Amino acid sequence: MTTIPFKLPLNIKLYRPVSPTGVWGWLTTVDHKKIGVLYGVTAFIMFLTGGIEAMLIRTQLIAPELKIIAPEVYNQLFTMHATTMIFLAIMPLSAAFFNFIIPLQIGARDVAFPRLNAFSYWAFLAGALIMKSSWFLGGSPNAGWFGYAPITTATFNPGNGIDFWIIGLQVLGVASLAASFNFIVTIINLRAPGMTMMRLPLFTWMTFITAILLILAFPVITVALIELMLDRTFDFNFFNTKAGANPILWQHLFWIFGHPEVYILILPAMGIVSEVLPTFSRKPIFGYPAMVLAASFIAFMGWLVWSHHMFTTGLGPIANSVFTLTTMLIAIPTGVKMFNWLGTMWGGDIDFKTPTLFAVGFMSMFLIGGISGVMHSFSASDYQQQDTYFIVAHIHYVLFGGSIFGIFAGIYYWFPKITGRMYDEKLGKLNFWIMFIGQNLTFFPMHWVGMQGMPRRIFTYDSGMGWAFWNGFETIAAYAIAFGVLIFVINMIKSWTGGKKAGDDPWDGRTLEWSIPSPPPVYNFRDIPIVKSLDDFWHTKQKSSNSNTKVKSKTKVSDIHLPQPSYWPLLVAVGLTIAGFGIIYNLVFTGIGIGIMLITVCAWSFEPVNEPDSH
Amino acid sequence: MFDTIKKFLPILLSLLFVIACGGFDGPQSTFDTHGPVAKEQADLFYLILWAGMVVLVAVELAIIYIYIKFRRKKNSTRIPSQTHGNTKLEIMWTILPAIFLAIVSVPVLSAIWTIGTPPKNPDVVVNVHGHQYWFEFEYQDLDVVTANELHIPVGKKILINLYSNNVLHSFWIPKIAGKTDIIPNQGNYMWIQGDDVGMYYGQCAEFCGESHALMRFRVVVDTDEDFRAWISHQKSEAFVPNDPLEKSGYDIFMSSKAGCGGCHMINGSKKAKGKIGPNLTHFGSRQHMAAGILENNQVNLRNWIRNPDMIKPGNIMSGQAAVYMDPNKSLTESEVIALASYLQSLK
Amino acid sequence: MSDETTTGLSHRKLLIWVFLGSDCMFFASLIGTYLIYKGSGVLHPGPADVFDIPTTSVSTFVLLMSSMSMVFAYAYLVRDDIKAFRIWMFSTIIMGSTFLGFQVFEFSEFYFHDDLSPQTNLFGTTFYALTGTHGLHVTIGVIWLGIIFYSSLFRNTVTSKTNLDLDLAALYWHFVDIVWIVIFAVVYLFGTFTGFPSS
Repeated sequence: MTTIPFKLPLNIKLYRPVSPTGVWGWLTTVDHKKIGVLYGVTAFIMFLTGGIEAMLIRTQLIAPELKIIAPEVYNQLFTMHATTMIFLAIMPLSAAFFNFIIPLQIGARDVAFPRLNAFSYWAFLAGALIMKSSWFLGGSPNAGWFGYAPITTATFNPGNGIDFWIIGLQVLGVASLAASFNFIVTIINLRAPGMTMMRLPLFTWMTFITAILLILAFPVITVALIELMLDRTFDFNFFNTKAGANPILWQHLFWIFGHPEVYILILPAMGIVSEVLPTFSRKPIFGYPAMVLAASFIAFMGWLVWSHHMFTTGLGPIANSVFTLTTMLIAIPTGVKMFNWLGTMWGGDIDFKTPTLFAVGFMSMFLIGGISGVMHSFSASDYQQQDTYFIVAHIHYVLFGGSIFGIFAGIYYWFPKITGRMYDEKLGKLNFWIMFIGQNLTFFPMHWVGMQGMPRRIFTYDSGMGWAFWNGFETIAAYAIAFGVLIFVINMIKSWTGGKKAGDDPWDGRTLEWSIPSPPPVYNFRDIPIVKSLDDFWHTKQKSSNSNTKVKSKTKVSDIHLPQPSYWPLLVAVGLTIAGFGIIYNLVFTGIGIGIMLITVCAWSFEPVNEPDSH
Repeated sequence: MFDTIKKFLPILLSLLFVIACGGFDGPQSTFDTHGPVAKEQADLFYLILWAGMVVLVAVELAIIYIYIKFRRKKNSTRIPSQTHGNTKLEIMWTILPAIFLAIVSVPVLSAIWTIGTPPKNPDVVVNVHGHQYWFEFEYQDLDVVTANELHIPVGKKILINLYSNNVLHSFWIPKIAGKTDIIPNQGNYMWIQGDDVGMYYGQCAEFCGESHALMRFRVVVDTDEDFRAWISHQKSEAFVPNDPLEKSGYDIFMSSKAGCGGCHMINGSKKAKGKIGPNLTHFGSRQHMAAGILENNQVNLRNWIRNPDMIKPGNIMSGQAAVYMDPNKSLTESEVIALASYLQSLK
Repeated sequence: MSDETTTGLSHRKLLIWVFLGSDCMFFASLIGTYLIYKGSGVLHPGPADVFDIPTTSVSTFVLLMSSMSMVFAYAYLVRDDIKAFRIWMFSTIIMGSTFLGFQVFEFSEFYFHDDLSPQTNLFGTTFYALTGTHGLHVTIGVIWLGIIFYSSLFRNTVTSKTNLDLDLAALYWHFVDIVWIVIFAVVYLFGTFTGFPSS
């Protein structure tokens, strides 16, 4: 590893890494593809830990009046399960695709801010570690992922669990914000010539909308978390009911963030499905402008419906009517998307490979979740469904049958591009069917138990309630899902290490990422492509299908300047972690952490993206 | 072909669920309604359920049709026609759902106002206080305070005011009315009416801490006479028992060593004036104890007094009462038996 | 990296705009919290008890003038008149610091003289959180401007070619200024406003 000096304003010589390899290569990387892989692998490990938490929850509920898991631990489990799946699994898995795929789809050599990108990963890892370390440091958060005040205040929750939750979420928020700033600028500003907004692949569009939602929604939860943190650490009164505070404030702030968050979780999956279906149907997406408009409308309406999570909090009939109507409105653009996917497949020549199966599975499952969503929008009858297993069924149809199926479709679809190898199709299909059947057997009966009056978040129930059979059934089916995920893991490891070589374009793809080698070279595109239409790569292939000769590139690889690796993103994240732990344990460390961050941020901002004399 | 069967299987199974489930209604079923509020809510649910089913079946059938009809034949190189959309179709499937939603919004909005408007002249007003983890019922103007068993007269409109001085709870009697949250510093209300005499289950539906799952209650819908009789009985004060065992229990209860009276109220006693725990004046008349999770009998009661934390983890009594915190003050077995006998004598 | 971008705007300029959009939501949530809690809980000491509108008007005016001075600094930098740039830059920093000084004075006055701490009541909690967050923004702005000023004085690296560096800081500075005007109106003026005198 060689290093070259560069100058800080105080004339201190510091050394920056130059194309290191091995562990240093990963620690200092600013390559969006490597960061994407880091994001994906970390998030998938988090997905597995969240899955283990889910299995423990289901095991406790397998029969009535069991005492396998203590109530306090059970409460920590369901809190951590939801927090993990939402913030540590689905969001960063989507972010993994943003990182790896977006620059390839828009014809760019990297993202707009490579080091910011690296920082967002390290901050995500820091947040994940803070959150998960709570299991080993005296107890995890135990107030639900929604953390409704005042049960999160020091009066009712003196332990450290909630502090881990507050700090973990804030650090994760910083990570998500950094990533989103980056992707908005990248998508606006780094498109290849001719790649107008209405020629963007739909996955890129969905990412763009997701990132906008994210930068507007996360500040709101950040404020709520800071308020809670000030309450717990410095005795402020934001949620102190003795001082006259109204706990509804938390719910409003949380759901003003929380509802856009739902679309942050689902829009990337919708984007993936909108890539997979056209490719495997050999047809363009049906109604491209309508798809973009529908998603934008959904994103906009996402800000006007938050109170439908609060129908039973006594907002009064006027507010309930308004939020009922706005919520019902969202069904319309969602329906448009559903019908347009059907239209895409209609008349196509559909190859039902694993990604297609997952995409179609997404459609049929998300449909059920969408319909039960419309059922909740009826605030009057939602009084019976709120906080029951009916809601649990709904969110799992949307987030597991929806987001996770979409993400699995994406993993299988882009696996050959990311690794250069082909996954095992038989295992893939087996994986799909087990997960698909398991998902329905697990979550469908929850609709029924919910309407039979089983509340959420209860660690036990009586045998006389009529819930026992279905709960046992759900638990067995949940184990089946776990088995399906195990097959997925086996498939991934086996194929990544010894799969067949995939080739550049195994699916006869339509978008730019398939026009370059698999796995892509560091610089992605030797020549920046010039885009003339939507699905430009497909049209180019159609025109030149007779002549098999590729145009020779005039660009020399050595002339391509790429951003150089850097230590600073990692070090800033380290400072952030120390500052975070400081708030939980001792404010001195917060000072030290902030100090480290100030210094490293300054060093970062004086470090040029490229050393001018390094070539 | 096998794939096709596999595709159908979950849907068949789903249908089977619906059919299989139809027959059994548990004690907290929202389908088996016994009051106008729950009925209105169930009717609305069925309306959207059937409408949703139509959409669900139509779209899932379309997906299956596509799966069979348009799947790629082996080595097919067919390039389907590259349609980019169909404006007329797209407008249609935007407008039609909009019209449908506009129509169904009429019964929805009317139900919101029916359920959300409290009766002007309620027959009974009950102030419900949510505690960790039990419900306290205070009958306004009737001077009755009880816990965990709410008696209401049949066919009358009851206004429920919801209060909490701790965390959030939610008051829910699935067969009589959907839930409303109990929120500190925000006086929420709801109205209920029980149409059939009987006992109904209720449960806290907003996560409220360690033993949230064990925060339950019962609603007893009485005939008018029974209700009046119950009220007048509840207003009566408790007497000092004559039976020697019960009397010794009384003495322990009132003693400063056990200190029960610091948190529990027994009307008519000067030493039991506490308001932190449930009012125990007529504890023996309740059919259930410990927030509706146990039948009220000697065995359960003794177990409860011996170690409440075993039965309801994190409850305030086991965390604050001297008899559980201070080993010098812990109750002997004979004291436990005496206390249980005394409490059950409080009919 | 190539210098060309799709829109012709620099990445960093876009970034600061996106960041400021996000920051808007941050302040909106804090101001929302303040307004929701306005007039609830323990009422005294309340806005009318502690605010001294003339003093705060002066500090508001100083902050507003610092924005103007910022505009001059940028204008001179673009013309490569480094000396004038430095003068205006320095005056911006001084005015920003003056504002912070006023805030420190104001906070200590409220805290020691009026017995208003964040723990006192909901007004204290929301007031200190909101204005404190704004103060933190101003502090970061002063440090940022300070670093640019330092680079200009001792490294001579600030020229019209690198005017983007100043442009970003200026955008941030103006944003923080505008936020203060909103806070001044919502918290200070509406807080002490007791209605128009009836004739």
